[in-house]
Amino acid sequence: MIPALLALSILTFTASAPVLAMLRRNPRAASRLGPATAVAGCVPGIVAAILTLAGAGPASATASWSVPSGGLSIGMDALSALFAIPVLIVSALAAIYSRGYLRHAESEGRSTAPFWAWYDLLAGGMLLVTVARNALLFLLGWEVMALASFLLVMFDAHDPRVRRAGWIYLVATHVGTACILALFAILGHAGSLEFDRLALPAAFPAGIAFVLAFVGFGTKAGFVPLHVWLPEAHPAAPSGVSAVMSGVMIKTGIYGLLRFLMILGSPPAWWGWVLLTAGVTSGVVGVLSALAQHDLKRLLAYHSVENIGIIAIGLGLGLLGISLGIPAMAFLGFAGGLLHVVNHAVFKSLLFMGAGSVLERTGTRDIDHLGGLSKRMPATSLCFMTGSMAICGLPPFNGFLSELLIYLAAFAGLSATAARIPAGSTAGLLATGGLALIGGLALACFTKAFGTVFLGEPRTPHAAGAREVDASMRTPMIVLTAACLCIGLAGPAAAPVIGPVVDSVLAGFGFAVSAGTAHDALGALSAASVASAAVLLLAASVFAARSAILRNRRTSSAPTWGCGFTSPAPSMQYTASSFADPIVGLFGAIIRRRRRFEEPAGLFPASTEFSTDTPDVYQEKLYKPVFSAFERAFSGFRVIQHGRLNLYVLYIAAALFALLLWKL
Amino acid sequence: MTIHGLLSIIAGLLLAPLLQGIVNRTKAVFAGRRGAPLLQQYRDIARLLRKGAVFSGTTTWIFRLAPSITLACALVALVVLAPAPVEQGWGFAGDALLLAYALGLARFLTVAAALDTGSSFEGMGASREVLYSALAEPALLVGIAVLARVSGGTSLASILQGAGVTGWVSAGTALALVGVSFFVVLLAENSRVPFDDPNTHLELTMVHEVMVLDSSGPDFALVTYGASLKLWVFSVLFASLAVSPLGLSGFALLGALTAAVLFTGVIVGTVESTMARSSLARAPLLLAGACALSILAFILASRFLS
Repeated sequence: MIPALLALSILTFTASAPVLAMLRRNPRAASRLGPATAVAGCVPGIVAAILTLAGAGPASATASWSVPSGGLSIGMDALSALFAIPVLIVSALAAIYSRGYLRHAESEGRSTAPFWAWYDLLAGGMLLVTVARNALLFLLGWEVMALASFLLVMFDAHDPRVRRAGWIYLVATHVGTACILALFAILGHAGSLEFDRLALPAAFPAGIAFVLAFVGFGTKAGFVPLHVWLPEAHPAAPSGVSAVMSGVMIKTGIYGLLRFLMILGSPPAWWGWVLLTAGVTSGVVGVLSALAQHDLKRLLAYHSVENIGIIAIGLGLGLLGISLGIPAMAFLGFAGGLLHVVNHAVFKSLLFMGAGSVLERTGTRDIDHLGGLSKRMPATSLCFMTGSMAICGLPPFNGFLSELLIYLAAFAGLSATAARIPAGSTAGLLATGGLALIGGLALACFTKAFGTVFLGEPRTPHAAGAREVDASMRTPMIVLTAACLCIGLAGPAAAPVIGPVVDSVLAGFGFAVSAGTAHDALGALSAASVASAAVLLLAASVFAARSAILRNRRTSSAPTWGCGFTSPAPSMQYTASSFADPIVGLFGAIIRRRRRFEEPAGLFPASTEFSTDTPDVYQEKLYKPVFSAFERAFSGFRVIQHGRLNLYVLYIAAALFALLLWKL
Repeated sequence: MTIHGLLSIIAGLLLAPLLQGIVNRTKAVFAGRRGAPLLQQYRDIARLLRKGAVFSGTTTWIFRLAPSITLACALVALVVLAPAPVEQGWGFAGDALLLAYALGLARFLTVAAALDTGSSFEGMGASREVLYSALAEPALLVGIAVLARVSGGTSLASILQGAGVTGWVSAGTALALVGVSFFVVLLAENSRVPFDDPNTHLELTMVHEVMVLDSSGPDFALVTYGASLKLWVFSVLFASLAVSPLGLSGFALLGALTAAVLFTGVIVGTVESTMARSSLARAPLLLAGACALSILAFILASRFLS
């Protein structure tokens, strides 16, 4: 039943892609059929995943395959289901959103048929990655996902910046794939690539396999310093695709890492330390880089790096809990990390859709050119504000629950009274301090983004003329906004859903946690949700009381108090750059902002200019030198590769002739 | 909840504005003035509640909603923390984080309301607020982590009680350092000297006051009362550490704690009278110092306990 549903889902995606691609001459049909097929493809998969989590248990099926090394195996267990649900739900919602978002491109006479074809393949590829039970099939899904998303990033390929972003993404994703290929070559040494037959060769150091998995999957997930493609590619893509890429596609990296770590077997402590350190680094670097951005979508992309960091902190604590033998830390770490996977999918896709709506209506992504949109786009504003609070981990929204669990994992390490294990408490301290710093900076960044874009007075005519987006773009955002609140209040219901998933992961590592530990651990979720509900209820009562008091009073409207200054102008408002300036300055050693400033000169100074930009340090200082060194080293091959077809034909002929001679 | 827990919440609700009065009176005494009456803030709040309101034409529903949510968050923080030092088994695992993040929600809305007015002064205050809080958060939570390490607990009640007599005997230096760090966080989170001077109205020195410049009437009453509650909450956290080595329980503990909280007001007033506001560039270093103290406390605690 479940494999049949999954097969139906994947077939719908793969069959509709070529049909859509053929509709290039018929844009109206493509723009109707595209979202319809995307949603139709998602539904059976969602049903299968929900059935699995609701108690149907793991299911798998294998069909014969004319390819060596195993069959066409797909299956779904708790872990797959937990990743497949956000993947498919976000894909379906973003498809509905993209229908409205692409109207602009359509009105310019561009056909969206190729977009929808690639979109369906992207969704199908992501689903295949989460359900494949054969390494070759997994790799097939992985590459379809990578290439489809590359082509979607290149949707606006007439823009040179988009072409550059696409190129960086293509290189990065294949560096990652190369590591994964090497990993599979090692694990499949016995001749079969079925997941349940994969194993490390005897006496092969598991550490090497771990590093390959970490780099291979970490590139997709976006761990620092493997993240450089992320802030390039995510903003360049159409916003619906950004939502999918940032919200769910990068999570396939987390899924792959977990899935293959389970195959590598019992984790030594240093794996946990690597993930924890990568998590704290990604979190802090991600949020600091986000703070320095002016481009709304680039800012959000850096926040994905930050949130992947938070997830990695959870997983790192989980691995450390296993290797140090602290059950509560192991359970809570994985529970928090996995719940954050779901939560981040919800609020990040919401935020990207919000940013996309702003871009669609104002034509700019530059935060400093916006302002005052909450009056002009009230629904988008409310949704973006909810997403902002959720991503900062504030109650009563969903982000709070997952961050709470990760903190509790850290506390479990700190207060492991049985042995007072020093490593556990050091990890707990690192995680607590890191999460606290990340949380505080995230709040700074999202008050900046939300405040500058939506509040105050419009800074430019772009912002002043904005209108609310239409229903097809609004509805997915409202659904996700509701999800932020509902998950936040669903703590008591979360335990039975997340518990079995964590159990299955721990069982995969050969580690069992007693039901009592798990129950106690997840009990905090119920309490946190009750407290969140109390915040809402209290706020509502205070507001009701305040409104009752004000009802019979005289209220009036006046201009904002300017401290005696009588002619304020919108351009005098704090901008995003000035808002973030103290923090960016304080952490200048990490983020390296560049400032360009012409001092006013002379008695009657003419107009001057001030601008800042913040390129990615890792790209500038790490990858550029390395790649240019490669370029120099390989430039010698240009002698034989210069693009003349007849010479290449000659090479082939010569090679064939040589082979012939050799075989004679 | 026992009678002690309930009383400690009621004490917070009733006495929070008095704590502000004590701070101001202390400063007046240091300056050789008679100063405002101790109950001045109650009168201010009552007066504001009787007024109408003026709203800036730039603002939206966020500005009108924010004070209510801010107060609700402060109330939740008070209910989570206030009974913890006096009541066994109160709270839940991780309620310290609810405290920190509920105040975070309040901060988000205060900052959003400030930016909603479109005023450059309020934007400036908001910018400083998020800078200070981003640094105060690690100092506070690492401090709590040290207490969790010393006490072996995960809820505020077990953390604060576990850090009691035995905790002070085995890791007293560490707890003292955490106390100092909590005091710095108290000053930063409540916009007191040396981070901010709540008495001036020069825009260059303001964080909290400048953010609520456009609030008026009942909304400003909510803001003012919420700020008092926040000061009370942080004072309870600081004072409960100071009171814990006395080994009291029941009403004696409740009485001692309340006295210690009110005395915290005197200490804050003394600090404000004897120090100048530090420059904007220096203030983050002070918070980084508090973080460093918390981490040092952690190292010491680990050393003592192993």
